[in-house]
Amino acid sequence: MGAQIRVYKRRIKSVTATKKITKAMEMIAASRIVKAQRQVAASSPYADELTRAVTAVATGSNTKHPLTTEAENPSRAAVLLITSDRGLAGGYSSNAIKSADRLAERLKAEGKDVSSYIVGRKGVAYYSFRNRTVADSWTGFSDSPTYGDAKAVASPLIEALLADTAEGGVDELHIVFTEFVSMMTQTPVGRRLLPLSLDDAGTVGDEAGAERKKGEALPLFEFEPSAEGVLDALLPRYVESRIYNAMLQAAASEHAARRRAMKSATDNAEDLIKSLTRLANAARQADITQEISEIVGGASALADANAGSD
Amino acid sequence: MADLHVELVAADRNVWSGEATMVVARTMSGDIGIMANHEPLLGVLRSGPVTIRTNDGGTVVAAVHGGFISFADNKLSILAEIAELADEIDVDRAERALQRSKSEADAAAERRAEVRLAAAAGAR
Repeated sequence: MGAQIRVYKRRIKSVTATKKITKAMEMIAASRIVKAQRQVAASSPYADELTRAVTAVATGSNTKHPLTTEAENPSRAAVLLITSDRGLAGGYSSNAIKSADRLAERLKAEGKDVSSYIVGRKGVAYYSFRNRTVADSWTGFSDSPTYGDAKAVASPLIEALLADTAEGGVDELHIVFTEFVSMMTQTPVGRRLLPLSLDDAGTVGDEAGAERKKGEALPLFEFEPSAEGVLDALLPRYVESRIYNAMLQAAASEHAARRRAMKSATDNAEDLIKSLTRLANAARQADITQEISEIVGGASALADANAGSD
Repeated sequence: MADLHVELVAADRNVWSGEATMVVARTMSGDIGIMANHEPLLGVLRSGPVTIRTNDGGTVVAAVHGGFISFADNKLSILAEIAELADEIDVDRAERALQRSKSEADAAAERRAEVRLAAAAGAR
């Protein structure tokens, strides 16, 4: 019995065990995508209404607010990057990181300093390995973020936005996250959150605003207590809800990316098992052939010896 | 009588929606009652109970912890980070939370618990 077969059998066994694990991870990720998608859907009424309200104040009043007005010479921008805590999700985190790098380069070319804020252990590890400075980072909730997590992320960002640039404040806030387009497609995107960019139709120029019907006239609101007061209270909530939405989409994308990565790992394991089984069969047949030829050779040698002695 | 359409949404879910005749909420400058054909309004809410009189004569009370109220075209939306309907509130738990927050001098938690209890009492 050849040692080769034993080696093949052992490898088949180990690949089968790996396949079981990747298959389980695939199914777990698949079930979590659905949950994450539901969360995205559940959070959208709030985000939509909030965007509507922000648009109403921004268009319905002439209030100037540090969070809505563009600085004359923006010199520092904050980039919030959302990555995952765990690996085994294919290129999910590295794609988001690359996209953030591109955005940072573009901002630097425009003469702005970039301060990085990072969500997710993978992004933090990438930056600390390269000795890059990180203004703030959060880990531990990338696969199921809550609104409280979004608030925790938003508060230092809002603080930085309200602070003077000279004292470490920032003029712009960009967010890089992986948008959940469909089960098969997730694309990393970089968006400017603040200052708000109002497009021609007077709506807040982001994905939620873009969905609104063009030319829909907003009524003239009465503000309680005042337009400034409303805006002061509204904008932090707006930032929080946008960050929350981005984190939920990123979570859904992470699960989708992991499902795809695990599916291809399972497929590869299957291919490997197939080719190893073929090799093991060939080795077995070679062993049998060898044994037969040994027996036949032995028998004919005996027969020859007997014939010689007669 | 004309009705208004109410959406009560929290950050992570849609809490209640339906038709109502009047909504009473607590803004920064005092309680405000809104009926149909009110002028467009956008206000900041203080945490407190929100009372919705539905068009079938019932009353829905919810505990709303901060947020906004916006009204236009007979559509009213109440946006809150946290919002609970009165019948979702666990009174015992809220009372325990109130005791705990008082002993720990946690003003925010105390306020939350008080609002929950007020909403639960208002619904009865």
